[in-house]
Order: sequence, then C-alpha cells, then structure tokens
Amino acid sequence: MTTTALPVLTKKDFQTDQEVRWCPGCGDYAILSAVQSVFPELGIKRENFVVVSGIGCSSRFPYYMNTFGFHTIHGRAPAVATGIKAIRPDLEVWVATGDGDALSIGGNHTIHMLRRNVGLKVLLFNNRIYGLTKGQYSPTSELGKRAKSTPFGSLDRPFNPISLAIGAEATFVARSVDVFQAHLKDTLKHAAAHKGSAFVEILQNCNIFNDGAWTGITEKDARSEHVIQLEHGKPLIFGKNRDKGIRRNSDGDIEVVQLGNGIAESDLIVHDVHHPRPFYAFQLSHMEERPDFPTPIGVLRSWPDLPRYEDVIAKQIAEVQAKRGTGDLAKLLRGGDTWQVEAR
Amino acid sequence: MATTTDIPLPKLKREVIDRAVIRFAGDSGDGMQVTGSQFTNTVALYGNDIATFPDFPAEIRAPAGTLPGVSGYQLHFSSNEIYTPGDAVDVLIVMNPAALKMNLADLKANGILIVNSDAFAETDLRKAQMSSNPLEDHSLDKFRLFPVELERLTKVALDHLGLDAKSVSRCKNFFALGMCYWLYNRSMDSTVRWIEDKFSKKPLLVEANKLAMKAGYSYCEATEAFQISYEIPPAQLEPGLYRNISGNQALALGFITASQKSGLKLFQGSYPITPASDILHELSQYKDFGVITFQAEDEIAAITSAIGASYAGALAITTTSGPGMALKTEAMGLAIAVEIPLVICDIQRGGPSTGLPTKTEQADLFQALFGRNSEAPIPVVAAATPSDCFWAALEASRIAVKYMVPVIILSDGYLANGAEPWKIPNLDEIPAFPVNFATDPVDFKPYRRNPETLARPWAVPGTPGLEHRVGGLEKQDVTGNINYEPLNHEKMVRIRAAKVEAIAQDIPDIVPAGDPDGDLLIVAWGSTHGSITAAVNSQRELGHRIGHVHLRHLNPFPRNLGDVLKRYKKILVPELNMGQLLWLLRAKFLVNAIGLNKIQGRPFKQSELEQKISELVL
Repeated sequence: MTTTALPVLTKKDFQTDQEVRWCPGCGDYAILSAVQSVFPELGIKRENFVVVSGIGCSSRFPYYMNTFGFHTIHGRAPAVATGIKAIRPDLEVWVATGDGDALSIGGNHTIHMLRRNVGLKVLLFNNRIYGLTKGQYSPTSELGKRAKSTPFGSLDRPFNPISLAIGAEATFVARSVDVFQAHLKDTLKHAAAHKGSAFVEILQNCNIFNDGAWTGITEKDARSEHVIQLEHGKPLIFGKNRDKGIRRNSDGDIEVVQLGNGIAESDLIVHDVHHPRPFYAFQLSHMEERPDFPTPIGVLRSWPDLPRYEDVIAKQIAEVQAKRGTGDLAKLLRGGDTWQVEAR
Repeated sequence: MATTTDIPLPKLKREVIDRAVIRFAGDSGDGMQVTGSQFTNTVALYGNDIATFPDFPAEIRAPAGTLPGVSGYQLHFSSNEIYTPGDAVDVLIVMNPAALKMNLADLKANGILIVNSDAFAETDLRKAQMSSNPLEDHSLDKFRLFPVELERLTKVALDHLGLDAKSVSRCKNFFALGMCYWLYNRSMDSTVRWIEDKFSKKPLLVEANKLAMKAGYSYCEATEAFQISYEIPPAQLEPGLYRNISGNQALALGFITASQKSGLKLFQGSYPITPASDILHELSQYKDFGVITFQAEDEIAAITSAIGASYAGALAITTTSGPGMALKTEAMGLAIAVEIPLVICDIQRGGPSTGLPTKTEQADLFQALFGRNSEAPIPVVAAATPSDCFWAALEASRIAVKYMVPVIILSDGYLANGAEPWKIPNLDEIPAFPVNFATDPVDFKPYRRNPETLARPWAVPGTPGLEHRVGGLEKQDVTGNINYEPLNHEKMVRIRAAKVEAIAQDIPDIVPAGDPDGDLLIVAWGSTHGSITAAVNSQRELGHRIGHVHLRHLNPFPRNLGDVLKRYKKILVPELNMGQLLWLLRAKFLVNAIGLNKIQGRPFKQSELEQKISELVL
C-alpha cells in the first residue's frame, strides 16, 4: 500500500490576498484567525475545503479563506451547502453565518439542515445585532433592545441559538467566544471531528453597533464567575474558586449548589456529551436564562451515531443499484406499454 | 338458459369512423382519471393517435356529488394525426348529476350520453343544484341517452365476492370502462394487466375490478344497448416504436438523458407544487440512474440546494410552478451572478397568487424573462407538446452547461398532465455534450471566458490549485474578485447579457410551418401548438396562405425571426395570457401584431382559433 503524504499546510496557506474589510476591532478577526489556525491541523487537503456563507458581516468570511468559497444569498447557505455535500460527500464544508442570517431569514434552512444531519460545520457568529445594515436588533437581541429600528425597545423575545439547535435535534452543539482563542480553537477541532451537522455558536462582539454584547461573560473575572466550561466526563463546576456546581434535583430540574457543607463534587452532574437524547443538553442550554446560573461554553452535545445525510443519499442509491442494476436508459425510455408502428 | 336459435340476432351495426372524442366525468372520488388513462393506454397501444385533457379540481375530495368536486378526463383518438383533445365530445360518460351539469355543454347534438342512473335520486340532484330530474324531464332529448344502473349492476356482478359495499361501489368506473371498450371494439387486455399489477397484493380487488369491467362489456353485448359500435383504425404514424407519454414524464426522462449525455450526475431540488410534483415523483424512482432527488424544506432551498449541487459539478435542476418561481427569483439572480449551470422548470398554472392550481395558463412568460432584480437575463425555452418536454429538457441542459447559465423551461398544466404517443428516440442519434471541468491551475482565473460562448470555467471544489471564491457581489471580470467600480459593473452587466445573446448562434433559423409567406403568420409558444396546428391546417385547406411559427426559444429569439415576421401581411399571436409574447414582438420588432387571448384556465379550442384566423384573412 502506498500512501500519499499530505502537504504540510500552515495558517498562511489559508490566508487570501483580499483586504479584510471588517471594522477594526471586530470580533470576526479573532474567529478568522482561529479558523485559519485550525484548518491546517485537520489533515485535509486545501482544495477539499469549501467555505459557504449567506449575507451579513460574518458572511464575508469565505473571501478571506484561501479555499473554495461561496458567498451565497441571505439565509440560504445551509441549503447551498446541502447541495454541495449531496454531490460531493468527500468535501469538508464549513458554513459561516450570523444571528440574522441563520436564525431570522434562514431559520428554516438551519433547522432542516440540523434535522437531516448534513455533514456541515456551521459557525454562527452571534453579536446580537444587525451590523451590515447598520444596527437593527436581531433575533438574539435581548428583549427591550434599543436599536435603530426599535427606539423604544424591541418587543420580541430572543432565540437561544443553542436551545434552537438542540430542539432541531442537532447531533453536535457547542458554544465558544471570540476572545477565548484557545477555547475557540479547541471547540472548532471538536466540531471538525464530528461527522454530522456540527453547530457552533460563537459569541462575538460588534464594537460599532453593539459594543459589549457579551461583557457579562468576557470581562475580567466574569469568565470564571458567570461561565461554566463544559468538559466531557468532568463534573459541572464553575466559580473563581471552583466552588460552585450544578446538581440534579429530585424533580429532574437542575440547581446551582455551593460546594462544601456536605455537598461534594461527586454530587454534581458529570457532563456527558454523548447522551443520545437531547433533553440534558437542552437543560444546560437554558441555564443562562435563569438567575444565578452560569452561561455554558464548550461542547453541549456530540452524538456520533446518526448517519450523515449525504451518506444515506449515497447508500440508498447503492442499494437500489444493487437490486436493479445500474439504470439502462434505452430500456427506461421503452418503459411501460409500447407498440410498433410498421411502415406501410 | 334461453335459446336464441329461433330468433335471429339483429345485426349490430359496426361503423368505421376516423376519430372520436370521449370524456369521462364524475366525482373526484369516482376514479375518472384512472378510467380515462386506461382507455387512453388501450387506444394508444392499438395504434391510434391520441391527445388527452385531464381536468380536475384543486380540492382532493370536495363534498361528494357537488359541482366543485367534478373531475373529468377527455381523450381524442383517431386514425389520422391529431393535435388537440377535441373541441366537442362524441361520447360523454357521467357518474352523477353534478358531472352532467358541468359537462353537458360540450357534448355534440346527437352525441352518446351514458349516465349512471343510480345517482339521480332527489338528494343527488339537490347537491348539483338541479330542480328537476334531467333523466325524466326531456331536457336531454337531443342526445342519445343511455341511463345505466352502474351502481346496481356492479353490485350484482360482484355480489358473490363478499366485498364490502364501499369497495364494490368503487368498481363502477370499471363497469363504465368495459362499456366503452365494447362501444369502440377494444381489447380489455392492457387494463387487465394494469389491474393485476396495481392490486397485486389484493387479489380480491383484482378479481372485483376485472369482473366489473367484463360485466360492463358483457352488458353492452347482452342488452345491445347501443345498437351500434365503432371502429377507429390505427393511425398512420411515422414507423417506429411508440409509447404514451405525459409532459412531466417526458421532462423527467429528458433530464436523465441529459445527465447521461453530459456525463454529469443529476440533482433535482424540488418542493411539492401542483402541477409540477409529478416530475419529482418520476425522478425519485430512478435511483438506479444515480439521480439525487432532494425534497427541500421550501422553494428557496429547492433552488439553492440545486445551485450548491451545480457548484459541486452536477447537472442541477429545480422544478416548480408560478408561485414557486416567485420564491426562487433571488436565487436565480445568484446563479446568474456566479455563472453556473442550472435548469429551472416552471410548469405554469393560472394565477396570480395561488390562482387555479390545476388549470393551465401561459402567463409566466414575463416572470421568466424579467422576474428578478436588476439586469438579470436568463435563456428561456418552451415545450410545445407533452412529448416535446423531453427535447426541451435536453436543450435547456445543453445550453446551461455550454454557456454556464441558468435556463428556464416553460411548460404548463396542460402539457404536464396531457399525454400523446411518442416515438421513442434512438439514443445514438442524440448528440452528447460532454463537460470539461477546469483542472489546470496554471494562471487559473475563475472569470476568464471562452471567447465564443463567453462561458467561464466550471471549476469544482476538490480540484487542486483552483481554490477561488465566488458570490453574489459584483466581481471583476477575469479575476472574479469583488469589485464595485462603476465601469466594471457596466462591463459585467453587458457581458452577462451578451452571453445570453450569444446562445442565438446555437439556435437554428426558424422555418414557418404552412406557407413561407402570405396573408397571415401565427406566432406562438408552448402548449397552444396542437390547437394552432389543427386550425392552421383547416384554414389553409380553404385556400388561405398562412404560416405558423412556434417558438422553442423565447430568449434569445432565433436570429431570423424579425425577417420572417416581414413576410406576411398580418401577424396573430394567440396566447393563454393577456398578450405577453405579443408585447415582446411589438417592442422588439416594431410590428403591428395582434393578439388572441384567453385566460380561462383552459386551452384554446380549435374553433376559437379558426374563427379568429378567418376574420383576419377575409
């Protein structure tokens, strides 16, 4: 057996000559940098990467990645990417999208891509604002958000992207933050290793229209007090002194507990990303809506057992071909009842 | 059993005729479409030329016996070449009063009217909003009326099977079908085969349907109900192997053929919509050809998934009707901007909005040509007959991959569901159009063009060294980089338009049917082909000099169209819309063409065209 050695790729191989046109200080730079660092480590040939996007600031992403790239139309990247994967399951297809793109105009495609488990990695840049159209509230903006289009405050309750993805039965759901570079890269690698749809919400700052969108999480000290970093097989612990944890109640709900005074680590929930049912991950995704609960980051769910959509497409074709043989066009055209008209 | 030896059988008259129009009409639950298509298959197999017109309500099951629930299937079959399902009906079979009321106007005087007399109780009449019983009030005297107790006779025939009453009642359409087979001296064999196949898992239903049909046949023989039967000899079609085909079937087969002739995988992204869904049903059966059919979450995902598939190197199509086209418009613009092949099928129906889902119309021509933001030209081809849909699919696919453009095919409900005999083509005679994907990384530029076709290279992901970015933003020619410069934009707009215009070099000059010059030229497109051909033939026999141009290509037009228009004194443009092609011809060629426009959800009658033609050539 001969093996062709993969060329050694570096971050530079994934940078393009195009001038990056995000506002200085935008969180997207950090995400771009993380992706460009992770891609060379995946052992995939550069020509087999495709980056697909919709519309919005985040969707400029493909222009800055030296791979195949497709900047499509607003909200439709998951559908375009599904078509690509249906034809070429061997390609490594990543979708860059935003809160408006994926959850508002493209909400339908997002949930259907997830339920089908198409083998795509989806990076949802969530800055809780419409940036490219200059500052309207988004489907993840907090209730009462004062923005260009809501001078008296927004009236719609926000989506929680993680809950939505889990509700759509996504097989891989994770969250990271633009400024937590190490964590972000680590999360992207987990996503890359997942075969089915991998949905990664990246909390990202828009320093022009929604500056401080996530300061409750990213500020010094906030990270340890208000964020819980999920790790598979480890108990749910957080806090500056790692003295708080998440425990399951007798009624099935979860609660925050102070360690000590008879409560030990062994009383806490041990994080299990492979749980075949989505309810546990859903419960975690809802913590941030509740007072005193931390915001979870890391992998919430990674269930590897569901086959990829593109694989079941190919499998069904192979099965029919095995049963009927490869289609014979001349025979097909003559299908059904035929009759011969003789020359007279 | 009575002997009949001493009473000589009256000689039944058998008349040889050259054509007949028969219509089955009943409740949408009465199986009229099945009955009609079975009769169609039988006469087609026998060798008659045929044209069919299935006409059914949008409601799956409107309340039984009511006027909106009436479903009909009309068949014209002949020993000569025919082009239309026929204007007036020779034989009308009606299953209830509502069907009678909705269809009687089309029955010829002295035509045969077979009525299910078991369905004419007072409640049945009330549902059809009839105040008196037409079987008794002499209102049907000008027809040859045959009241038949279809319900009771079917029940008697099937009594011994022990089938439930509902299933027995559902066999009565086959009793009526058996009667029609007797009336036209046709073999029941092909329908027997169909029944055996259709109900192969339910032997009792096989038996019941076969028995009902044979009972209907025997009923005519035994009662001599009709006194006369008819013989329509086979038509003198061009020699060859034939099959019966509908427009949607022909599109599906055309795309599979295009996939093989281009060497590309076929991908269909589609969302169910009347009257286009049958293309999806058809193609989804052909997994053995490697066809990928994707029933998307909506019309937009249907086209954008196809765009993704095309980007990855497939022959990608999306199939829909007018409302779905409206939803796809932005994505069509994307396909134009990124310059990738795609075929979009619009099976037109009455509109606007939901309109008349099951009725035909040709009013999406403007939508196909202009229904996108900004300067966004798309080549448009139209199918003229059900079997012509096969060739339209091939032609659209060929243009799409050669010029790297999205192409729209216009069909309509009449073509989609109508059927005709099709001479099965010899595959070797269909030219291949193999595709060469770009592979050479040396100085690769994603928007460097073929000087002849202006097509850019098809550089699919996975090809080493060809990594590049495309998208909906305006781009610089050759490099494909984002570019907002004013002159570059104008250049790109003009290139995209010139590319579509360049397709004209691939379109053969048009040769009018009929007279090459003269009093009147009829210019038309799409499903009006049959009735116009029939009308032109009959009017030319009267000595008028008439030409007929039926446009396959609506964008770009054939190069000589302007010259052809000048060779006739008058130009008539019949359309099932308010005059869209008419508007185009007047705008583009400054000719004083006039329109004949019908917007009733129904095709032209031959007589309507003849009348207009005769007015114009006087």
